[in-house]
Amino acid sequence: MFSVSAIVFALTMAFVVTALVRGVSRVRNNRAAPSDRQLSRGVAVAVGATVVILIGLLIVSVWTGRSVASLHASSAVTIEVTGHQWWWEIAYDDAVPSRRVVTANEIHVPLHRPVVLKVTSRDVIHSFWVPNLQGKRDLIPGYATAIWLQADRPGLFRGQCAEFCGLQHAHMAFDIVAEPEVDFQRWLDGMRRPAPEPHTDDQARGRDIFMTGRCGGCHTVMGTAAHGQVAPDLTHVATRSTIGAGTLPNTPAHLADWVRDPQASKPGNQMPANPLSPDEDRALLTYLEMLK
Amino acid sequence: MKRPLELPHAAEDVAMLEATWAEPSGFIGWLSHVDHKSIGRRYLVTAFVYFLIGGALAALMRLQLSRPDSGLIGPDLYNQIFTTHGTTMMFLFAVPVMQALGIYFVPLMVGARSIAFPRLIAFSYWMFLFGGIFLYVSFLLNAGPDVGWFAYPPLSETLYAPSRRADVWAQLITFTEVASLATAVSLITTVFKMRTPGMTLNRIPLFVWAEVVTSFMVLFAMPAVMLASTALILDRLVNTHFFDVEHAGDALLWQHLFWFFGHPEVYIIFIPGSGLVSMIITTFSRRRMFGYLAVVLSLVSTAFMGFGLWVHHMFATGLPQLGESFFTAASIMIAIPTGIQIFCWIATMWSGRIEVKTPMLWVLGFFAIFVCGGLTGVMLAAVPLNTQLHDTFFVVAHLHYVLLGGAIFPLFGAYYYWFPKITGRMLSERLGRWVFGCFFAGFNLTFFPMHVLGLHGMPRRIYTYSGTMGWGTLNMTASLGALLMGCGVILFIVDALMALRAGDLATDNPWGAGTLEWATSCPPPNSNFIRPPTVAGRDPLWDNPPDQPVIVGLRADVRDVLVTHVLDAEPDHRVEFPEPSIWPFLTGLATTAMFIWSIFTPWGVVYGALPVFVAMVGWFWPSRPDEGGTQPWPIRHRTLPRPNEAPAPGGAI
Amino acid sequence: MSESRTLDVGSLPPGAFGSRSLMWWGTIGLVLIEGTVFALAIAAYFYFRTRMAVWPPDGVAPPDLFWGTINTLVLLASLVPNELAKRAGEHVDLRRVRLWMVVCLAFGIAFNAVRVYEFAHLNVMWDHDAYGSIVWVLLGLHTTHIITDFLDTAILAVLMFVGPIEEKRFVDVEENAAYWYFVVLAWVPMYGVIYWAPRLI
Repeated sequence: MFSVSAIVFALTMAFVVTALVRGVSRVRNNRAAPSDRQLSRGVAVAVGATVVILIGLLIVSVWTGRSVASLHASSAVTIEVTGHQWWWEIAYDDAVPSRRVVTANEIHVPLHRPVVLKVTSRDVIHSFWVPNLQGKRDLIPGYATAIWLQADRPGLFRGQCAEFCGLQHAHMAFDIVAEPEVDFQRWLDGMRRPAPEPHTDDQARGRDIFMTGRCGGCHTVMGTAAHGQVAPDLTHVATRSTIGAGTLPNTPAHLADWVRDPQASKPGNQMPANPLSPDEDRALLTYLEMLK
Repeated sequence: MKRPLELPHAAEDVAMLEATWAEPSGFIGWLSHVDHKSIGRRYLVTAFVYFLIGGALAALMRLQLSRPDSGLIGPDLYNQIFTTHGTTMMFLFAVPVMQALGIYFVPLMVGARSIAFPRLIAFSYWMFLFGGIFLYVSFLLNAGPDVGWFAYPPLSETLYAPSRRADVWAQLITFTEVASLATAVSLITTVFKMRTPGMTLNRIPLFVWAEVVTSFMVLFAMPAVMLASTALILDRLVNTHFFDVEHAGDALLWQHLFWFFGHPEVYIIFIPGSGLVSMIITTFSRRRMFGYLAVVLSLVSTAFMGFGLWVHHMFATGLPQLGESFFTAASIMIAIPTGIQIFCWIATMWSGRIEVKTPMLWVLGFFAIFVCGGLTGVMLAAVPLNTQLHDTFFVVAHLHYVLLGGAIFPLFGAYYYWFPKITGRMLSERLGRWVFGCFFAGFNLTFFPMHVLGLHGMPRRIYTYSGTMGWGTLNMTASLGALLMGCGVILFIVDALMALRAGDLATDNPWGAGTLEWATSCPPPNSNFIRPPTVAGRDPLWDNPPDQPVIVGLRADVRDVLVTHVLDAEPDHRVEFPEPSIWPFLTGLATTAMFIWSIFTPWGVVYGALPVFVAMVGWFWPSRPDEGGTQPWPIRHRTLPRPNEAPAPGGAI
Repeated sequence: MSESRTLDVGSLPPGAFGSRSLMWWGTIGLVLIEGTVFALAIAAYFYFRTRMAVWPPDGVAPPDLFWGTINTLVLLASLVPNELAKRAGEHVDLRRVRLWMVVCLAFGIAFNAVRVYEFAHLNVMWDHDAYGSIVWVLLGLHTTHIITDFLDTAILAVLMFVGPIEEKRFVDVEENAAYWYFVVLAWVPMYGVIYWAPRLI
């Protein structure tokens, strides 16, 4: 596409410049202009070449589109992606309901296996886009469509929302971690486990603060009383590489800043500020850090 | 080169004629103007002011994006800024300015004394002005729309956009669509029924063809966005459920309706631009356009095909592949008629005697930029590429290359070309070259890097981005380019102001052009032509024999206008056109009040309709017959032929 | 100056009927715009239909046929005085113009009044769901047109009684009749969509 376009551009500009030069010089040297018949021939050739090139481009693009869209396999991993303002709800379904995995903002996929993503939105239109793996697909409330991808090299692939969805569209990113099958299964198993029990005083105190505060109204932590459905699942939040859907790196300092005042780094997002005393702050952080 | 038409005229007749066509002075008089030249000038100036506002908003965007993680502008203000920038440029500048050129120049180019339905044109202007004021006052009151110029639901529904901002957007659409539709009806009627004798269909100037084709597109495209924005207002105001998934509504219906309008919209902007290119190339190549018929058919086929492309804005939504392929094909094939125009232009230049004055410079810029934009468009038509590049800065680059390349560069060329005709003064060639240089260089510096940014994954409509993405340098480059573009625009304003004060006085036809607007003085007299010319060729000032007839017999004591037959422009009858009137302004005020009121309550439509009704009655109620010399009742001598009586020579219409 | 240098249009009439008149073209422009709005609204109706398994959705009954059919007949019947008014205008016959315009207005009052009953018998509210919304908007769009057409005709009729009457007013009578035709004929497909589509498809 690019090379054809570049050639066409160069050719067209060459013609324009030639026409300009000839036209300007004709003022001075008064040479006879080509007849309308000659001009007709030239235009006809140009139009013909244009038609041929365009039909060629059309065939190539439709053919490419069909091959890109047609990969299916029974061994595909199926992942449900639901867009929210401004985070990604991720679910790996399973025949056994208790083995269903729900997480947020980070997707793991095994290498060399097709992955089918079933996408929709809970609120406004978003768009799921991980540039290095696949084109984008809009997440439209009321519609569930499927898009596939396949990772053939390991690593971290960054994705970002690609449909304007309000105040924090700019901070709605996610990661896809592509890893060998074995590691992928291990990760899935880990995600199925509920949150561990606290074993230090600080952690226990932190959990109390979490449960008695308003955190559980929005967030879920499996194995506890927190069952909120409108914010990311936090059962394994400490394993994720970012906080706030790609807004901040997931380090203790950043996590503390986030919990204390999410509006500072992602103004307008749905999470309110949580002013706590330094003690309570530390305890809560210790609890969150153990949610692996 | 043939001499312009000159005839002796009786001085008293001319004085009466000019007095009849003169517009009233004073403030109330100014509000009552119906002369197309006066309204056209206002439209052009107002559109340019909106362009400056839109440009200032863009400058703010570039300032914010010039560095990663910039804290200059927060998300709320940024969302209002980019929405208002897009809304301004698309609805308040690009379409209206092309219509404004039509309002001023189409009657002159077809040899008429007026535009059809002059009071409707005046009303169109007031709606345009009030709509813009409404938008910017809302913006200053922190109620500027913030949902994108395309306002997709559910984001624009009450649940996610609870403030009045989205209502402001939706109602602005109504203002601008009413203004555009009114102008379109008027332009079509003018071109089909008021051409001077001799101007058969195949002698209509290409810019006029472009305006007619565009006007038809407006008639069929704008209803779609009016229906959509009305449905959105109803959803927000009275709880209908057009786009509300919870109650059987559909978010994609909006996209279909909006883009059914939105794609033709860009051709509504580009086709007049291509008409300007045809005009400027013809004049500065000193020869008739090569392939006139091909160019006209290209304009018409582009207009038709433009209605069949809209789904290419929706390739990321997951529609069935067979359907997508059809729209890919259409999106690629529309390049063919555009290509035909380009080759005809090149052929005209190739065989012409070219003088590179400033208007021609802008047309050369158009070639480079528009062709580049067209090629990225063909790339975007391919679905696999599209799903990567959609909603990235690649598209921002593409759209600016085609819109500025295809419309704004020709527009600036037209400013330089037609400034003498409107004002009687020449702009500066020297400054003009600097304006062009700054704008051309600045444009490419701003928008070319955006292709790369899109390929590197930068999405649109984000108020900031992380430093780790590596997008900083190109963004800074783009911002510096924007600064250069801004300098070009400022320089243009300087040029215009200096020219108005002390520019070279223009002769009737400083460029030696061939079309009829140059057959009268700079600026034209009140009556457009003291003795309206007839034509014997496509470029009348080049083709007309020295004794080509001029029109006599139109009354000088009323605004008497000649109406001709559609196909061959044979004279048919005369019509007495209206005197200046305050009613279009009052109707505009009343309609504005109704539109704004209805944002707050549905009863606004009902109660607001009453003053509109009163104003319209005032508008249409005729003045007493003894003013203006029309026949009193009872009619003693019938003058209108009955439907079955022999029609005037030339056919039924 | 010699004769061949001028084209004298002084003896041309000061107006014309039908497609020769500027008003005809203005009216056609309006017809194209409004026709497009109607067509797109009908398209939106069918778009919703394709998204639903059951139509009307949610167990709602289709609109009652009685009032809609009555009004369709009234509207079509109004074309008779409308055509007669149009012809009277073309013949510059003031007496008949006054007569038939008053008859048109009587029909106008009738079909506007029956329209109220149509709304009451749609069997769904606009805020119930998307089906309710599109049905109300379809009917509402057309109602806007019958109201404004009635008012246009009323003003013109008053003018034909009180004056000032000039010959070009008769062209306005003819154009007003053309617009009345559009408003009535545009109703026919809308009637089919609102009242019969939910029963047939």
